[in-house]
Amino acid sequence: MSIQRRRFITALGAGATVAAAGCAGNTMDGETNESGSNGETTAQVGVAGETLTLTTTTSTYDTGLLDAIHTNFEDLYGVSVDAVAQGTGAALESARNGDADVVMVHARSLEDEFMRNGYGINRRDLMFNDFVIVGPEADPAGIQGASSATDALTTIADAQAPFVSRGDNSGTHTKELVLWEEAGTQPGGDWYQETGTGMGEALNIANQQGAYTLSDRGTFISQRSEIDLTILVQGPIEGGPEILANPYGVMAVNPGVHDNANYDLAMAYIGWITSPGAQDAIADYQMNGEQLFFPEAVSEEPDFQQYVPEGWQSDSASE
Amino acid sequence: MSVALEAVGFAPVGLVELPFRDGYVPSIVVVSLYVSLVAVSLSTLVSVPVAVTMGFLEFPGKSLVKSVINTGMGFPSVVVGLVVLFVVSNQGPLGSFELIFTREAMILSQFVLATPPITAISLAAITGVDDGVREAASALGGTRVDVALVVLKEARYGIATAILAGFGRAISEVGSVLIVGGNITSADGISKTRTLTTAIQLEARQGRYETAMILGAVLVVLVLTVNTIVVRLGDGNAPR
Repeated sequence: MSIQRRRFITALGAGATVAAAGCAGNTMDGETNESGSNGETTAQVGVAGETLTLTTTTSTYDTGLLDAIHTNFEDLYGVSVDAVAQGTGAALESARNGDADVVMVHARSLEDEFMRNGYGINRRDLMFNDFVIVGPEADPAGIQGASSATDALTTIADAQAPFVSRGDNSGTHTKELVLWEEAGTQPGGDWYQETGTGMGEALNIANQQGAYTLSDRGTFISQRSEIDLTILVQGPIEGGPEILANPYGVMAVNPGVHDNANYDLAMAYIGWITSPGAQDAIADYQMNGEQLFFPEAVSEEPDFQQYVPEGWQSDSASE
Repeated sequence: MSVALEAVGFAPVGLVELPFRDGYVPSIVVVSLYVSLVAVSLSTLVSVPVAVTMGFLEFPGKSLVKSVINTGMGFPSVVVGLVVLFVVSNQGPLGSFELIFTREAMILSQFVLATPPITAISLAAITGVDDGVREAASALGGTRVDVALVVLKEARYGIATAILAGFGRAISEVGSVLIVGGNITSADGISKTRTLTTAIQLEARQGRYETAMILGAVLVVLVLTVNTIVVRLGDGNAPR
C-alpha cells in the first residue's frame, strides 16, 4: 500500500482525535500536533507510514478501548494500527503463523506456551480487570454471594442449571476451564452448552436462556444495559476471589522466527502502550460511567515475572 | 488503486441516525462494493470465456469439468476462507506478498466463491440458446467467432443473471472475508477490511441486534440497487 494513503488516513485520524477526545481522555491531547502539520513531523520517525498488525481478543476490541486509545499512537508515529479481534487462541495462532506483529491477549498459560515456543518476546503486563460469574436475577442454582468461584460452579453443576460456555479457546474460555478443573468438576450434559461465540454473543445466549456464564467485567459492563443478567459472583476488583483476576499481556512477535514481523513498530507500540500517558488513557476509558480496564504496566517495583513464562528460571533455561 | 476507497464523502445513507461514527457506514459500504465488484469482474473475465469454450467445444472429461464447477457453487465460504488463509498466510505459498488481512486477500477469496456460479449459469445460458440461431449464423457465412458473438448476444440476459448471482454470493458472504480480511477498521472508524457482512457479524457478536438489522437493511438496499442498475444497462445496451 502506498505511503500516500497512510498519510491521508493519518490526516483523517488527526481530525477524528478531536471528536474522540471525549472518550480517549484529554491527558494525551497535549502531545499531539495540530492536524495540519502532522505529515511533516511524523515523517521524521523511522516507522512512519507503516502498518502494525495487532491480533487481540474480542474483549479489548468490542469494548471500544483500542479505537479510543489507538488514535493517539497513530498520530504520534504517523502509522496505522490494524487491530484484528479474534479471541486469545486465534490471536496467538495468527501470530504463530507470522501474520501479526504484536499480540494483546489474556490467558497467561497460553502466553507462556507462546513464549516458550519462541514466537513471542518482550512480554509486558499491560492491564487487568476481572471475570465475574453472571446469571439470571432469579438465580435458580443459588450461587449469589458465593465467596468461592469454584464452589459457585460446583453448585451450578450440581443443580444442573444451564451454563453457557464460550467454547472457543479464548482467554475467557481458558479461564473457565481452569475454574472447572480447580472445582474438580467435569462439566457436561444438557445444561452445559458450548456456543463457540464471542463474549457478547455468549452473554446474549445466556440472557435468552436464563443461563449462567463467565464473563470478563469489561464486556459485561458494556452490554449490561441490553441484558437482564446480573453479577452473582464478583471478581477481585469488587472483593471477589483472586482466581477470577483477568490480566492482559502484550508481546512482540519474535523477528528471529518470523523475519517479516514489523519488530520496530511492535516495540514502539509496546513502549507506547506501557507508557504513563497511554496507561492513563486506559484508566480513563469508561463505559456507562464505569472504568473497564485497570493499567498495571507502570510500577515502582516492576514484577520481573512479566517478562518470562511463569516459573521460568535462568538455570532451567538449558532444558 | 484505492483512491476511490478513501472518498469518505460518499453520500450518507439516508436512514435514521445510526449509532456509528462519522464515515463508518459509508466506508464499509465502499469496501463491500470495492471487494465484491473487483472480485466479480475478475470472475467474469475468467468465467465467460470458459463458459463460451465449454459451450462450443466437445472434449473428453467435459461432464467431469461441469461437475467440478457445479460442486464449486456449493462450496462453504468458511472453507474457502481457510484455504485462502493458508495460501496467503506468511507461512503459505503466497506469504511473501503479505496479503493477509488486506482487501486483496478478500478479493481472492470472493473470486474463488463467485467464479463457479458465474461459469455454471453462463454455461447454462449459452447452451440454452436455440440451435437454430447457431445454424442460421453459420448459414449466413459467419466464422466461428461470429457465431459465438451471436450466441453470446442471445445469451446476454442469462449471463447478466450469472454475474448478478456471483455478485450476490460475493457481497453477502461473511465467512471467508472475516477470516482472510480480519474485519479491520482504523481507530477512527474508517473501514480497511470491514464489509457490511462482517460489520453485521461484529454487531451481532456484541448483542446489538438492532444496529445489525439496520446494516442488514443497508446491504439489501445495496444489492437491490446494483441489480437494478445491471438490469437497466442490459436493456439499454441491447436495443432490438
